[in-house]
Amino acid sequence: MSFIRQVFSITKMNLQSVLQRSGASIVIIVGIAGSVAVMVSLLAMGEGLNSTISNTGQEDRVIILRDGSSSELSSGLGMQEVDIILNSPGVKEENGDPLVAGEVYAIIDLKKKGAESTSNLPFRGVQQTSFTIRPELEIISGRNFNTGTAEVIIGKGAHDQYEGVDLGDQIKVRDGFVTVVGIFTTGGDVHESEVWADLPITQNIFRREGSVSSAIVRLESKESFDDLGIYIENYPSLELKVLTELDFYDSQASGSDLIKIFGQVVGYIMAVGAVFAALNTMYSAVSTRLVEIGTLRALGFNGSTVLVSLMIEALILATIGGLLGAAIAYALFNGYTVSTLAGGSFTQTAFAFAVTGEIVQQGMTLALIVGLIGGLFPAWNAARRDITEALRSI
Amino acid sequence: MKYWTIVRAALTRKKVRTFMTIASIATAFLLFSLGRSVAVAFTSEVDYAGKDRLVVSSKLSFTQAMPMSYANRIEALEGVETVAWRQWFGGTYIDRANFFPKWPVPESYFDIFPEFIVSEGGKEAFSRNIQGMIAGADTAEKYGWEIGDRIPIIGDIWVKDDNSNNWEFDLVGTFTNANGGAQDEAYINWKYFDESRAFEKGLVGQFSVKIRDPNQAELIAKDIDSLFANSPDETKTSTEEAFSRMFAEQVGDIGFIINSVLAASFFTILLLTANTMSQAVRERTNELGVLKSIGYPDALIMIFVLMESVLICLIGAAIGVLLAFALFPFFSGVALGFAGQIEFSFSIVLSAIALALLTATVSGLFPAYSAMRLNVVDALRKN
Repeated sequence: MSFIRQVFSITKMNLQSVLQRSGASIVIIVGIAGSVAVMVSLLAMGEGLNSTISNTGQEDRVIILRDGSSSELSSGLGMQEVDIILNSPGVKEENGDPLVAGEVYAIIDLKKKGAESTSNLPFRGVQQTSFTIRPELEIISGRNFNTGTAEVIIGKGAHDQYEGVDLGDQIKVRDGFVTVVGIFTTGGDVHESEVWADLPITQNIFRREGSVSSAIVRLESKESFDDLGIYIENYPSLELKVLTELDFYDSQASGSDLIKIFGQVVGYIMAVGAVFAALNTMYSAVSTRLVEIGTLRALGFNGSTVLVSLMIEALILATIGGLLGAAIAYALFNGYTVSTLAGGSFTQTAFAFAVTGEIVQQGMTLALIVGLIGGLFPAWNAARRDITEALRSI
Repeated sequence: MKYWTIVRAALTRKKVRTFMTIASIATAFLLFSLGRSVAVAFTSEVDYAGKDRLVVSSKLSFTQAMPMSYANRIEALEGVETVAWRQWFGGTYIDRANFFPKWPVPESYFDIFPEFIVSEGGKEAFSRNIQGMIAGADTAEKYGWEIGDRIPIIGDIWVKDDNSNNWEFDLVGTFTNANGGAQDEAYINWKYFDESRAFEKGLVGQFSVKIRDPNQAELIAKDIDSLFANSPDETKTSTEEAFSRMFAEQVGDIGFIINSVLAASFFTILLLTANTMSQAVRERTNELGVLKSIGYPDALIMIFVLMESVLICLIGAAIGVLLAFALFPFFSGVALGFAGQIEFSFSIVLSAIALALLTATVSGLFPAYSAMRLNVVDALRKN
């Protein structure tokens, strides 16, 4: 009998008896499913936050902050500095207008749905060019704000998370109100967690007349980054920092890398626990089947086929466990939207858990490693057992 | 203990299995301890909040500044003892990774926070030296600062009159926190900050208000807010505890998810372990029958089995907690970015012991009970 046929027939026999030994098999499956579910959900959280933040950037867009500032919230530029940027090289023009927008980035306190205290909702004052620079912005409900009026539009993410921000709702700011007139999407990036209003109105609310937090620029092409950067940085007495949007949002996403590392650390620790549990179960599963294994050996099946088929059994159980775990994580969390203080900043960013193929793959790798280790030693032990000794234990 | 031999025999009957069971329990408790330390981080500031202090911030958002003149108006209110204020400074010490909060404060700030024990002469030097800085003991130790050192900070929000953002302060004192709360902040002299900054002069970020009677907190908070109602700078006054909790809640979603995921993993491992333990007892039915037939009382048999699971769980829990303690420095580095400072407290050890005993009871009770109820004849027959 060939090796493969032997392995095949023993494996088939093992699998047919799996149901009779369901207790032990379930323990292995549950252990592995648990580890995989935990790792996949934590990684999906990190991935969701990461992709929301770092998706925001485009390579031909540039953000300009004051030198020394690492976030829009701490940065400030005078309007006269924005004028210098307007006349800089490398800036794209449309219909004769340079695509540069000065924006104020601030926070208002508002309650999230079901919350007792308030959260920090980002509030962005924008110019009309802001919309030309970001063509991905689309109003999905209502309309855009009219310039010069106390109207605002709200991102889809913020709209889902906060209370009292439906179309027509009024939000109290300082001693007046702003009215929500539209809901927008930007394809799932951080701006969806923001409220946008006309720049002068915003400057007035936050007492920032004559200054903005940052300037955003669309470049002629991504190669013109150096032209603009060198010009701005060498401009006399101008203390500004030029960053591509990609670099800027990457630096804001550092918190999500930590969540990912955390997910992996917890996942692997748990996997170690699952390995021990699987070893225990496989050992006792094998020991109750010693007679069966001894009989097979006496019939002429050799040790290595017994080993391989026991391993296959363990790996099949591990695969089931892994798929189950990934499915649980997917069902519970995929698309689940939460918001948090992101990347060490003070503003809330809403993001959705993303169970990606790559994450499921990592989870399955974990499952198979557990199955491999959990199956190898007991199977090795069984295959090497002396036939007479094994049969004697009847 | 007289019956130690019997319990030991049960534990060493299958050494590999006992080892594996202990190991998987140890992993569960390792996760538990690390998870708890993260959870503690989300609420720690809340625990250290002063009961006799209120925080006044702008109603628009806590980042909006308010006129400093509010201090006198608040201080004139009934029930208010002292008012101090602070402003978020931000800024970078050498490298962005060296993060610690920096607050410009007036001298009176230290009167409101008696838990800050300032090194001798520190407060006097702080009021004398306009560029003075008092740093938390942890911060000073971390960067190797000595009193008298000049500390350079690059401002990110605050620019000086001369359009430069290079600030320098003199370390005049350090403080420890008698409450056990944070000692990783730095306080800088308000006068110097306010005179030197290019904009927002005379505006402050938050007021800290010390009140005479903590029971009046809600009432005084309302009084303060109505004092400024319908003005361009409305205020939002809350107890220090509520103010800290607002921040904890904002990170909250993630903290909650991490905690529930950790709890789920802990219980998965425990489930597996409980199964192994009851299996271990089932295999010994026969031996337990022998013990009974030679006269061991039922209750004692039950205690043997329970002792076995208690020992396994306690040993496993001890190993897990010790491992967590050893891994902690690495772990806190990973967690720092989103959970703030995490700490390993003694309460974690206590709750681990309680949880170990609970686990032992839950997983050992059923096998122990069935061992007790065992019919000798059936038990011996089951060979």
